Amino acid sequence: MTTQDPIIRVQHMTGGFEGSVVIDDISFEVYRGEVFVILGGSGSGKSTLLKHMIGLHQPVTGRILIQDEDIVTAEGEQRTKILRNIGVMYQMGALFGSMTLLENVRLPLEEFTDLPLEAMNLIALMKLKLVGLEGFTDYMPSEISGGMQKRAAIARAMALEPAILFLDEPSAGLDPITSADLDQLILGLARNLAVTFVVVTHELASIYTIADRVIMLDKRVKKIVATGRPQELRERSTNPWVTQFFNRQASTGTGKATGETVKGTHT
Amino acid sequence: MTRVAAVHPTGSFETRLSPDRAILTLLITGHIDTNSTGRLWRQVLHVLEQSRPVEVVIDASDVSYCDGAGAAFFVKLQQHQAGTGGHVTIRGLKEEFRRLLDLYGDVPREAPTGKHREPLSLVEQVGHFTIGIWQDVQVLMTFVGELMAALLRAARHPRLVRWSDAWLSAERAGADALPIIALIGFLLGLILAFQSAIPMRRFGAEIFVANLVGVSMLREMGPLITAIVLAGRSGSAFAAELGTMKVREEIDALVTMGLEPVRFLVVPRVLAAVSMTPILSVFANLFGLIGGALVMVSLGFPLITYINQLLSAVTVGDFLGGLVKSLVYGIVVAGIGCLRGLQTASDASGVGQSTTSAVVSGIVLIAIVDGVFAVLFYALGV
Repeated sequence: MTTQDPIIRVQHMTGGFEGSVVIDDISFEVYRGEVFVILGGSGSGKSTLLKHMIGLHQPVTGRILIQDEDIVTAEGEQRTKILRNIGVMYQMGALFGSMTLLENVRLPLEEFTDLPLEAMNLIALMKLKLVGLEGFTDYMPSEISGGMQKRAAIARAMALEPAILFLDEPSAGLDPITSADLDQLILGLARNLAVTFVVVTHELASIYTIADRVIMLDKRVKKIVATGRPQELRERSTNPWVTQFFNRQASTGTGKATGETVKGTHT
Repeated sequence: MTRVAAVHPTGSFETRLSPDRAILTLLITGHIDTNSTGRLWRQVLHVLEQSRPVEVVIDASDVSYCDGAGAAFFVKLQQHQAGTGGHVTIRGLKEEFRRLLDLYGDVPREAPTGKHREPLSLVEQVGHFTIGIWQDVQVLMTFVGELMAALLRAARHPRLVRWSDAWLSAERAGADALPIIALIGFLLGLILAFQSAIPMRRFGAEIFVANLVGVSMLREMGPLITAIVLAGRSGSAFAAELGTMKVREEIDALVTMGLEPVRFLVVPRVLAAVSMTPILSVFANLFGLIGGALVMVSLGFPLITYINQLLSAVTVGDFLGGLVKSLVYGIVVAGIGCLRGLQTASDASGVGQSTTSAVVSGIVLIAIVDGVFAVLFYALGV
């Protein structure tokens, strides 16, 4: 259930990595319960923005408020509290290769709760069942496919019942059927568990299926060039680059980033 | 009527057992989440074990929040009662939390243990170990064959060798290793001379310390210590470099481009090690002899006496024998380092394991080759 209640607020953030600025003075809000997609071409700073939002990179300036707490300045217990409330699925899954799927999902519970082992095993099994992997609890990550690894990574990210799940390129490297299955899983989790999703992707098919709202980053101006619902952006945007992106047109070299923002209505 | 109560900052429960002990009413209030479920789980299950009711009635109308851990708690109660022939009735659980319970649905009653495989028996372990050694020997023989073929091809067609890589490896394995080789060689000579001087003094034979240091450094210790340092520095580095390439699928890319990894990656490193090991060995010998000289001078012998004694004790054969050994050690250390790198598993611990294996296998093979040389030199009268 989507509301207009912001769960993440990014305010005037400038960021990048290794001294280079990739994103310049951007601001946006993510609402509680929505599937929020960060879009952009290669090198536009999508993954960099995600890394800033989950506290892996420090922005040059600006604030990133997650449930009203600034992850940029948070330290110690306050930072741990914020991180406990978010789950992250990395592009390659990042499952620990020396652990079974069940152990991977159980790990956050072991580290952050006082649950008995039996309870942790049951919760981990339930999370794996939720992503359709209940028959693979004792498999090692190397023994399952890439799509299954990503689903297991989502189960691990959900172990501590986070309010927000960040997914970095969930469809990358997957076949269309597996990718569509993953989209349905994301939608199901968002609708049934009221989890807020922040998804970085450039897969158009996924965007139309899962996204409540999208923002588009453009590497030429290092800013958000469009915000709104994907269908609205495709149909109404006057920004040539946004139109080009949504219509999958080849680059002609004439598309000029204007930095204008198309606001879509949010429902 | 029995009452047991527990209070938790976010979740609490209260139980009422009917007089005939058949029905246990469990009143749960507050948040049941990952923070509070642990305590609730232990205490409620303890109560169930003690009272063993036929029916458990859960009054969940005051549950203000329930997450996956809370759902797991309800599932566990259902499983526990099903196991003892009883059943559970959940009353008053809010619709949103009941949907959560339905979402997780039926899970197998036997929760997995998280153990990947049953532990192997001793006999199975011995069997696996033996098969592993046999397979390792087979792989080693195949690799030696491939390497020899590639080296012969490189000798016939030197332009096929990637000399830029070979020079870089030679610099890292050779020039960069010189300070540590010099230091260890010097200390080894010094220690050998010092330790042997004390017992020899009892027989008035201190001058023969020069013979001992000279022969042992040139024939044995110089090449050996050089090879061990090479295994620790360069063998491990080769394994890590090639292992990382394997994990990043760069080796696969080479193969699909039609390039042989042995020619492309192994030959330059082996050539670098083979050319550098004898040179490093000469430096180890030199600094070992200097260490011996320092002890002899400190014992009151003129330097020229030490040198004359040394020249009378060692032969060109001793020196060349040591060089031949270092040459073979170089091939062994570089070869095994590269082989272990190419064998790297594609998981996170793969590179670490291949690096460790490169050093251990390198040192074991050095010891074996040294033994073979000892027998060979004895048979040849060298």
